[in-house]
Amino acid sequence: MEALYFNAKDGFLEAILRGFLSELLTTSDYNNLCECETLDDLKLQLSGTCYGKFLQNESSNLHPTTLVERCVDQFLDEFNYLRCNSEAPLSTFLEYCTYGHMIDNVVLIVTGTLHDRDVQELLEKCHPLGMFDGIASLAVAQNVQDIYKIVLIDTPLAKYFSENLSSEDLDEMNIEILRNTLYKAYLKDFVTYCKGFNSTTSRLMEHLLNFEADRRTISIAINSLHTDLTVDDKMKLFTDFGQLYPSAGKFLATAQDVEQITSVLDGYPSYSDIVSKMRYDGNQMLDKFWYDKEMNMCRDTFQEQFHYGVFYSYFKLKEQEIRNIMWIAECIAQVQRTRIHDGIVVTYR
Amino acid sequence: MVDYEYMGLVFRHISPYMWASLGCALAIGLSVAGAAWGIFLTGSSLVGAAVKAPRITSKNLISVIFCEAAAIYGVITAIILQTKVEDVPIGSDGEWSVGILKAGYAVFGSGLCVGLSNLVCGICVGIVGSSCALADAQNSTLFVKILVIEIFGSALGLFGVIVAIIISASAVFKA
Repeated sequence: MEALYFNAKDGFLEAILRGFLSELLTTSDYNNLCECETLDDLKLQLSGTCYGKFLQNESSNLHPTTLVERCVDQFLDEFNYLRCNSEAPLSTFLEYCTYGHMIDNVVLIVTGTLHDRDVQELLEKCHPLGMFDGIASLAVAQNVQDIYKIVLIDTPLAKYFSENLSSEDLDEMNIEILRNTLYKAYLKDFVTYCKGFNSTTSRLMEHLLNFEADRRTISIAINSLHTDLTVDDKMKLFTDFGQLYPSAGKFLATAQDVEQITSVLDGYPSYSDIVSKMRYDGNQMLDKFWYDKEMNMCRDTFQEQFHYGVFYSYFKLKEQEIRNIMWIAECIAQVQRTRIHDGIVVTYR
Repeated sequence: MVDYEYMGLVFRHISPYMWASLGCALAIGLSVAGAAWGIFLTGSSLVGAAVKAPRITSKNLISVIFCEAAAIYGVITAIILQTKVEDVPIGSDGEWSVGILKAGYAVFGSGLCVGLSNLVCGICVGIVGSSCALADAQNSTLFVKILVIEIFGSALGLFGVIVAIIISASAVFKA
């Protein structure tokens, strides 16, 4: 029944979003980009796409990172248009989509400060979607507790800290574990928030976020295989929703090698293709496989109208497109064009 | 519990002109509500989709016109119904005659008929029109096919008008 009233507030923005979607790069666009010999060629090819306006002021000696930064600027422009024109509850939903980037930015600055990097340099590396006021003062903090008290208490990330972490935990925590704990709390919060919506949004967002939760659980399980994380530590990092919760968590945490992990995942038919890939190829290109799966799911959300899942999916698709452009630009810059097709995940068409 | 004799007495004494006036009001009121609902549903999607695909604007105004047709049916019926109503005084025994009562109820039923059918017709055409605009923006061959769905939806309002006119034809305010 959301068809009756969705358009009153959000119809315009959904239609604008579908317009953005139609401008994503297609397979033929990617083929043209892969044919480019130099970065200037790449810039010329991109000038015919939605990135053209943002690239035209760049000088001839283009560095891959600058190219990608301009593409991210274009994405930011689209996102800001949607955010400025949105009303509640869409505006809150869009804010939720940025929290993941906020967490990444916080971790980036803290790690950088630990290695004595310059604050300005780190701020430039931050993802623009995840910027918030006071982010620069993260560099002043000496330990995790300071990070919380000085900076994060004013941001939406504050609630992800207070739920699970006590002050002793904060002091001893390794930065990667901090990132994963925050992300776990963020995903749980997001999925609880989405359940409060009308049926289409909650169904589709639950589907997408369950996938994200499972993907992170499996990645954490694989990456923590030969480290000194205890079983309890690993279980604390696994998300507490998703298909793999609650049964597979214990088994994944106690697994000693990839073989045992794949045998645990055998019981979940939706991940059977991941399992066969892991068995066949080991861990190479597993990331690309995850992205591929995610892109397929995101594409499917556009089959339905009058829900917020399309916003989340579009951001994922756009981020993948920018990753693709970054891969192509790096391959061209490093003269490794033979591998150029390996890293591209086609987003929409 | 319920004294049906008394209820019958109450209903017989409600002026049939109240029913007739309600009928006229519902005819135009509900039809316009349906048309307005449909227009906002399709209009917001149309405006947003036209930003990146300006070519869709002129063709997709047809969806808005179909929604508007629902309101026009309501106006026509309300005017016809209103012309049927004529002033006949209450009978000498204090009771309305059967012919007058029947005419009052017929006008009410007719108005309700056209009002409700155009309400849902307007909503239907609005939702389909919204999807039509979005689909046309992506792939222009889809427009004519989705238009056929809208035409069928629009026919629903037409059915309402036809039946309403037939009902109201029997409404004659004569003692």
